[in-house]
Amino acid sequence: MSKLGSETAITPELVAAHGLKPDEYQHFLSLLGRTPTITELGICSAMWNEHCSYKSSKKWLKTLPTKGKRVICGPGENAGVIDIDDGQAIIFKMESHNHPSFIEPYQGSATGVGGILRDVFTMGARPIAALNALRFGEPSHPKTKHLVSGVVAGVGGYGNSFGVPTLGGEVNFHARYNGNNLVNAMAVGLADADKIFYSKAEGVGLPVVYLGAKTGRDGIHGATMASAEFDEKAEEKRPTVQVGDPFTEKCLLEACLELMASGAVIAIQDMGAAGLTCSAVEMGAKGDLGIELDLDKVPCRETGMSAYEMMLSESQERMLMVLRPEKEKEAEAIFKKWGLDFAIIGKTTNTLRFVIKHQGEVKADLPIKAMGDEAPEYDRPWVEPRKLARLKPEDVAAPNDLAAALLKITSSPDMCSRRWVYEQYDTLVRSNSAQIPGGDAGVVRITEKKGIAVTSDVTPRYVEADPFEGGKQAVAETWRNLTCVGATPIAITDNLNFGNPERPEIMGQLVFALKGIGEACRALDYPVVSGNVSLYNETMGQGILPTPTIGGVGLLPDLSVMMTSRFKQAGDVIILLGGEGSELGQSIYLREVLGREEGAPPPVDLAKEKLHGDFVRRLIRDRMVSAVHDISDGGLASAVIEMALPAKLGAKIEGMDHAALFGEDQARYILSARPEEAMEILSNAQDKDIPARIIGEVTQAADLKIGSGMTLSMSELRRAHEGWFPAYMNGEL
Amino acid sequence: MKSAVLLFPGINRESDMVQALEKTTGVKPHVVWHTETTLPKVDLVVVPGGFSYGDYLRCGAIAARSPIMADVKAKAAKGLKVLGVCNGFQIITEAGLLPGALVRNAGLRFVCKEVRLRIENNQTFFTNKMAEGAVVSCPIAHGEGNYIADRETLEELEGEGRVVFRYVEGTNPNGAANDIAGICNAAGNVIGMMPHPENMIEALHGKRDCLPLFESLLAA
Repeated sequence: MSKLGSETAITPELVAAHGLKPDEYQHFLSLLGRTPTITELGICSAMWNEHCSYKSSKKWLKTLPTKGKRVICGPGENAGVIDIDDGQAIIFKMESHNHPSFIEPYQGSATGVGGILRDVFTMGARPIAALNALRFGEPSHPKTKHLVSGVVAGVGGYGNSFGVPTLGGEVNFHARYNGNNLVNAMAVGLADADKIFYSKAEGVGLPVVYLGAKTGRDGIHGATMASAEFDEKAEEKRPTVQVGDPFTEKCLLEACLELMASGAVIAIQDMGAAGLTCSAVEMGAKGDLGIELDLDKVPCRETGMSAYEMMLSESQERMLMVLRPEKEKEAEAIFKKWGLDFAIIGKTTNTLRFVIKHQGEVKADLPIKAMGDEAPEYDRPWVEPRKLARLKPEDVAAPNDLAAALLKITSSPDMCSRRWVYEQYDTLVRSNSAQIPGGDAGVVRITEKKGIAVTSDVTPRYVEADPFEGGKQAVAETWRNLTCVGATPIAITDNLNFGNPERPEIMGQLVFALKGIGEACRALDYPVVSGNVSLYNETMGQGILPTPTIGGVGLLPDLSVMMTSRFKQAGDVIILLGGEGSELGQSIYLREVLGREEGAPPPVDLAKEKLHGDFVRRLIRDRMVSAVHDISDGGLASAVIEMALPAKLGAKIEGMDHAALFGEDQARYILSARPEEAMEILSNAQDKDIPARIIGEVTQAADLKIGSGMTLSMSELRRAHEGWFPAYMNGEL
Repeated sequence: MKSAVLLFPGINRESDMVQALEKTTGVKPHVVWHTETTLPKVDLVVVPGGFSYGDYLRCGAIAARSPIMADVKAKAAKGLKVLGVCNGFQIITEAGLLPGALVRNAGLRFVCKEVRLRIENNQTFFTNKMAEGAVVSCPIAHGEGNYIADRETLEELEGEGRVVFRYVEGTNPNGAANDIAGICNAAGNVIGMMPHPENMIEALHGKRDCLPLFESLLAA
């Protein structure tokens, strides 16, 4: 074996092209004590980029609450693990695939789904639900329609074939995403609580096994690309996007679960961002072991691949494992059965070095800890975001024509029905879907008795206006949505999408959003168990709206008391719980009807959130209410419309001013109940100092009446609600 | 009533079908891996939905040539009951057990939603508990469910009452000829359908419209 030598001259330009800053490169040189080889430079670039190292956010992520009585495993592994009783665990995480999806929407979003599913089954769980939070540029932007079409098809194409029901998500439009759309995919899996698999390798001299699909030249430097801003040449980065193969992933899932059940697996890590490099380094660094790889053994689908290319390929549907040597044959048979590659490509060592051999040469010899858990960390400068003034109701004009305003809001791109999107997703596979998209949260059956609820939420315009309150609000909204179906919220995953953290005002958004998220999680006893950070979401210096997407999971101990948001029968009274609306700052009404995006967002009183939510959940479990929906975008008016539309019933509510109808004040719910139960609800609420009052009733008549002055037919509202998305996608707008 | 559910790589609704058969017939079906060459002794073989071999090449084309299919074809010719659902319909059609083909949805997109189905023939092993002309809700979830066949075949199917399920007029989700959602062979022992009755049999599914289809298996 010849000694380390660089076949390529390492110039400052080459270092810069690998995304390493001069001081980072100096640090790398001092660790090595010599000039790196090109393979080593590539490995370092892959490990120290923002996507893999969290170097800008780590300091702040550490402030989040990550422990709780149901937390089995918090952040740091492939996904978070929570206890849902009866010896069962839920494993979940959300991750972004923003940059690839902008460059190549179908494959970018498909592989985003594939990556997050792999994160979950790597830990031993069978995926039982998927969600996706999508954000696109303004509808009139020339790229938007193409991106929506490709991303939705890609999300569906992968998840449908893999066989996981898609049970929730979000789709929003805003000009600030014109140059950077967001694709945040979440996967939720089910496992036995005592059979969770981790990435930490244990034992010296054990075989490191490569499993799954072959390695190709796709996705080289994907993680580095995801850690840089876009410029006008973004399209040229298309070859860095990987190509997904959901069929192979489905086989990989079945093979992995079979292998895990056989007792052969000591440690397992999927090859996601930075492929073989990241998975091998993480397994070794976490276990305080060295790893030696022989790249001649790596199954390749192209000839003549260099060590550099193999180490940085992001080919999909691949896994790395450390196996018990005595189980090797059994393991190989399982993989052959599923038609997948199985190759022993290396071993664990006691040297704490990451050694790469290829064609008789050592291509890399690096200190493994410095590449992995001891990567650089920054305390980037930040500035506190400026507080905006709260808008008073009198600062905001009332609508001239209330019916027209309601139709405008109901048909707006952010508020209309997402049916066009979710009908392209298989929401039913596995036969356990108790609530599909369209309600407050998705619900999936776990046993005949119990289920879990899942949701994803964030209101980016609130976060932009006030990162701290916006961060709180995102957490609180997931908590409310889970509450609305009767679930006890347990834990969250966070997917933090922001602009360039090297700009102090962007860093300030991140810092304050995290403070808000942390405060809400603490107040609601709702820890963060996994997450992902996506920074540098900027094009030509324009950053996205700060978008810390929160994915929440809750437990429904008894599916028979699961609640839905649809009104059930005429004659039920409609109750407003949580107080009157007054906050029109950053509201949908302000933006859609008056064309203004101003003011402070509604503040979040976490004590009230908890009090009101716990009260509502109790009502649901006591079978006191017939429908529940939280008040969020569009205020009380939109909430009532959303409850009536799927019910094919009407509603009559009292006349109220525009702040009460459209205010987006938090910690509020609309309930329906039989009149005899309503009195008891109001009296119980009064005992707890929770504002609650009857504002109207569910009617047989097919219209919405507000006060004495306004009647709007439900069919007209339905056309408005259902019309926009298909018309837009068919090019009719 | 003993049944077997075939399993090919990429199939993903086998657990749905196993669950439905077990809940409705009280007997857990055998799950048969595609490399097997002989079926167990059963009254019914179900080819479930999913994306066998990723739907690469052509939906169902690769699975139709799996080792187990030779025995399925041989026994179907002797009267063994065979039900193909969604990808299963595509597979048994590719295998030549049913005429015609399933091609890309007319709208070019995957569609998952509830449709209305009319029972056109209640004399089959999967519909005998239904009234002829009854309309039920049933979900679909496919990208290639557009049934096509030449004119003679369509006339034959219609003339012999071999269209078992039809999308209610105006609700055809995929452009299928004559609104066809499911058909049977001339002997009536092989049925293929695109919709997923296994996903609408219990309270959790919102409706139980398709429960009588499975109950028909017990009477057949």
